[in-house]
Amino acid sequence: MSTLYRRRKRRDVIMMTLSFLATIVGVGWLVLILGVLVWEGLAGLSLRVFTEMTPPPGADGGLLNPIIGSLIITALAVAIGTPVGILAGTYMAEYGRHSRLSTVVRFVNDILLSAPSIVVGLFIYEVMVAPMGHFSGLAGAVALAVIVIPVVVRTTEDMLRLVPDQMREAAAALGIPRANVIRSICYRAAGAGMLTGVLLAIARISGETAPLLFTALNNQFFSTDLNAPMASLPAVIFQFALSPYKDWQKLAWTGALVITVAVLALSIVARALAAPRKMP
Amino acid sequence: MNIASIAAARTDDAIDRALRREKISIRNLSFHYASNRALNAISLPLYEHHVTAFIGPSGCGKSTLLRVLNRMYDLYPDQRAEGEVLVDGVDVLAPHQDVNLLRSRIGMVFQKPTPFPMSIYENIAFGARLYERLSAADLGMRVEQALRRAALWDEVKDKLATSGLSLSGGQQQRLCIARSIAVRPEVILLDEPCSALDPISTAKIEELIDELKEDYTIVIVTHNMQQAARVSDYTAFMYLGELVEFDATSRMFTSPGDKRTQDYITGRFG
Repeated sequence: MSTLYRRRKRRDVIMMTLSFLATIVGVGWLVLILGVLVWEGLAGLSLRVFTEMTPPPGADGGLLNPIIGSLIITALAVAIGTPVGILAGTYMAEYGRHSRLSTVVRFVNDILLSAPSIVVGLFIYEVMVAPMGHFSGLAGAVALAVIVIPVVVRTTEDMLRLVPDQMREAAAALGIPRANVIRSICYRAAGAGMLTGVLLAIARISGETAPLLFTALNNQFFSTDLNAPMASLPAVIFQFALSPYKDWQKLAWTGALVITVAVLALSIVARALAAPRKMP
Repeated sequence: MNIASIAAARTDDAIDRALRREKISIRNLSFHYASNRALNAISLPLYEHHVTAFIGPSGCGKSTLLRVLNRMYDLYPDQRAEGEVLVDGVDVLAPHQDVNLLRSRIGMVFQKPTPFPMSIYENIAFGARLYERLSAADLGMRVEQALRRAALWDEVKDKLATSGLSLSGGQQQRLCIARSIAVRPEVILLDEPCSALDPISTAKIEELIDELKEDYTIVIVTHNMQQAARVSDYTAFMYLGELVEFDATSRMFTSPGDKRTQDYITGRFG
């Protein structure tokens, strides 16, 4: 065996070991986080969590109001953000494919995509909370919608661009108007991917805390009034985890576990939908 | 059988010369991709109920010419056509021409089969439904007719609800032909319809073209000169964006008028 070959062998072993260690460290953190979360969260998990309100310190209680609040705010955010995102993405991938506007919007959208969410919260605070004079669930939903939009715009555009032009030409060749081509052909071909984008956006906003602290704030009581402060899981976790009370801290862990499981489930669904599949 | 005898076996055009009618008249047509000129002053008649083949080496502009006829180029910016394309005497390049209406009269089938991501039935019904208000029964009839016409009915009649993508390449291409027919066009443009198909599927499509010309005016772009000789009544030979020669196929392949045509059809270049 030549020395050159041996040296190459040795380098190979070193590289492999380093890569392996890096993988372990990377995945290790995730496992550790999940482990602690499950360990701490499961301890407080009971039916009560889903049926009772947040308690004052020292009393028994659950997370019903923040869970409902989170569901309302998230659903509203998606209801506002998805149509805007899909329409904008459609413009960029279909009608405005060659226009300057699309280039500009794409650039701005990419910035928005990575904008710190606290900035979004501050912005909505300025334009909604301050003029209205109070915090509200609606403001929270709008703040989250601002985070949903760029995610949906991006995935919609990307997925529509994957639809081959030949498909559009074939439809156009039948004399089918543009809007019908997009609706009946392109959306159908790109549907799974676009839905994945929406699910990813939901996963993204489910854990957002900063924008909610500026907008929906929090609520000790059960409330579905969109014009009033509304509880949400991240905000409650934030409040309870920092508190000195043991039972509050325990509920915070449980809340964190609930969010994580929900997001995990969404991600799995998104992945399953995005996986290339054969048409039946 | 050599190519000249294949072509000579076609009906001599002298017989029906008196009866033929210009369905489409291309007059002094030029085409630009941005600043690139792809077609230069082409003039050419396309006769009703006949098959016209566009042949020529890659990049000669034959597909471009085809895509002008249904204004497919409209989908892209920086592409423009000058000159006239008269369909039944009306210039379809005029800016006020409704392109969707035009395309419903001039169908097109592409090189690669492009079934839509929907069922076989829906693939056909989709276009037909758009221009006519048809009852469910009539629509079903229309779909069946189109599939029969495209010689696909027997193969798919029991699985109309399955995805169009589940068919083989040759079946998909016939599905695309059926889809065009279902809209009841007057002209069918075929852009190398057999280049992605095996010889058996190719033979089926060629047979089909022969039958379809009784009802439609057909234009086919092909790389395959045997195919042009087999299926077409007229042939246009194009080279570098120019129309070199246009004549009845039987004459074109037996006694071409231009040296370049002669060289191309005998395989000396291209």
